[in-house]
Amino acid sequence: MNKVVNSIREAIKLAGLKDGMTISFHHHLRNGDYVLNMVMAEIADMGIKDLTVNASSLFDIHAPLLDHIKNKVVTKLLTDYMSAGIGHSISMGIMDTPVEFRSHGGRPADIELGRTPIDVAFIAAPTSDTMGNCTGKYGKSACGSLGYAFPDAMNAKKVVVITDNLVDYPLIDYSIPEIYIDYVVKVDEIGNPAGIVSGTTKITRDPVGLAMAQMAAKVIKSSGLLKDGFSFQTGAGGATLAAAKFLKEIMIKENIKGSYGLGGITGYMVDMLNEGCFEALLDVQCFDLKAVESIRTNPKHQEVSATHYAGPNAKSAAVDSLDVVLLGATEIDTDFNVNVNTDSNGYIMGGSGGHSDTAAGAKLAMIIAPLSRSRLPIVTDRVNCISTPGRTIDVLVTQKGVAVNPANKELKQRLVDAAIPVKDIHELKAIAESITGVPQKLKKGDKEVAKVIYRDGTLLDTIYNVPVM
Amino acid sequence: MNKIISSASAGTLESSDVYIEVEPSENNEVSVESVVLKQFGDSIVKTAESVLDELDIKNAKVHIIDKGALDCVIRARLETALRRAEKENK
Repeated sequence: MNKVVNSIREAIKLAGLKDGMTISFHHHLRNGDYVLNMVMAEIADMGIKDLTVNASSLFDIHAPLLDHIKNKVVTKLLTDYMSAGIGHSISMGIMDTPVEFRSHGGRPADIELGRTPIDVAFIAAPTSDTMGNCTGKYGKSACGSLGYAFPDAMNAKKVVVITDNLVDYPLIDYSIPEIYIDYVVKVDEIGNPAGIVSGTTKITRDPVGLAMAQMAAKVIKSSGLLKDGFSFQTGAGGATLAAAKFLKEIMIKENIKGSYGLGGITGYMVDMLNEGCFEALLDVQCFDLKAVESIRTNPKHQEVSATHYAGPNAKSAAVDSLDVVLLGATEIDTDFNVNVNTDSNGYIMGGSGGHSDTAAGAKLAMIIAPLSRSRLPIVTDRVNCISTPGRTIDVLVTQKGVAVNPANKELKQRLVDAAIPVKDIHELKAIAESITGVPQKLKKGDKEVAKVIYRDGTLLDTIYNVPVM
Repeated sequence: MNKIISSASAGTLESSDVYIEVEPSENNEVSVESVVLKQFGDSIVKTAESVLDELDIKNAKVHIIDKGALDCVIRARLETALRRAEKENK
């Protein structure tokens, strides 16, 4: 049996790709990914049209996709996150069918439940053997975890592994096993290492960011959750990372032994593991070189699939055991609904990723955001897009005070007792507006450009085009 | 009435700051580029007009490139630019 084929084109032919089918990609190579563009260029050249692309995230490097959309090679997009470069064009209304946004947990659930079946999945693998046992831990394009690729590999009708490091059978330390793989293609480069992982993710030096981070660490300390067995996820943003640093100092000082750190993993979480703050890291995606090195060498640093990370259909997922998650927001409203999909002018520039999954799972879901950004108050009457429902958010931390969701009375009392400046969220909005002025409301267009689908399959919100002024 | 006699500028293009250029003209004219044009465009024009009024200047062409500055910052930057423009360039 020989799975190795000579070219991407041959693999596409053998997989039987036809007009109207669905193909999928994962995003561990992030803004260094060459695979999506290589595959799409071949497909366009072969004259195949009307495809649905289900990509776990899309980055600016994927801009050639916009041409494939204009040429009707791609007529529908499903994704969990879309960076601003792609999002801007989508917000101009270039597609006839709205984009469907899901979360990192909702995407695998809908794949596994057959709601969004995949005809051909393309797996970008930094190392693969000739039968398709593959991993992200080794090779010149190493990216660490391949977590988001698991549901694609396990459920697509045909699965193509594309690698730039083809090794002899068997690759022992594989992530995705050969049992799911149909074809293996060797190419020169699957990505640009500089865009795949960052060297180091830097902690903010902005005094406002540090003030928020310190406040956030204090909230966690006072929540009653920071004790032996504590579990934690944080984003890779400057202020959330700084909060993790302050949290680490508290944990070391008070000798608190946590259970696990979860998520997209950065070097800071690796430091916390190595310094005894956690027993384990559960890793669906690596953000930097230190995380890649750690998942390769430290048995306590474990790869998890997207379903294991956040799948709402799983019998249990790691988010369900989470104590605290630190999250960002472009906007939050007085009902605690959070927007991470669109920017202040209504253009798409993000997506939930694991935001709504972790907020739903964690006992304490915290938003860290400055009171205003570029003169725009962070708290609004109603966010421009609901990415994460307010009922799953417990607390907003700003540099001027902390607002607790009224549903969480116990937390509010604990924070008041700890002398944390607790304010009503309406008061935070008023403080911000007294400094910035009251912004005029944005005008939305009348064309639907995206739908935001919650992890339970319900429609959370609809994003409209941005009208040209 | 105060007159501006040269072109001048004040401010920076840093986030949350504003860069303002002024030059002599027949009448007051205000143009605005802003990252928050949709939310604060009208307010920025109004602020600029009120600063021109307060300084009793009627011959300034004002171009504002705003990176999300607060109202007080816009006032201060514009007043600075106008004061500089009241003197000869050296």
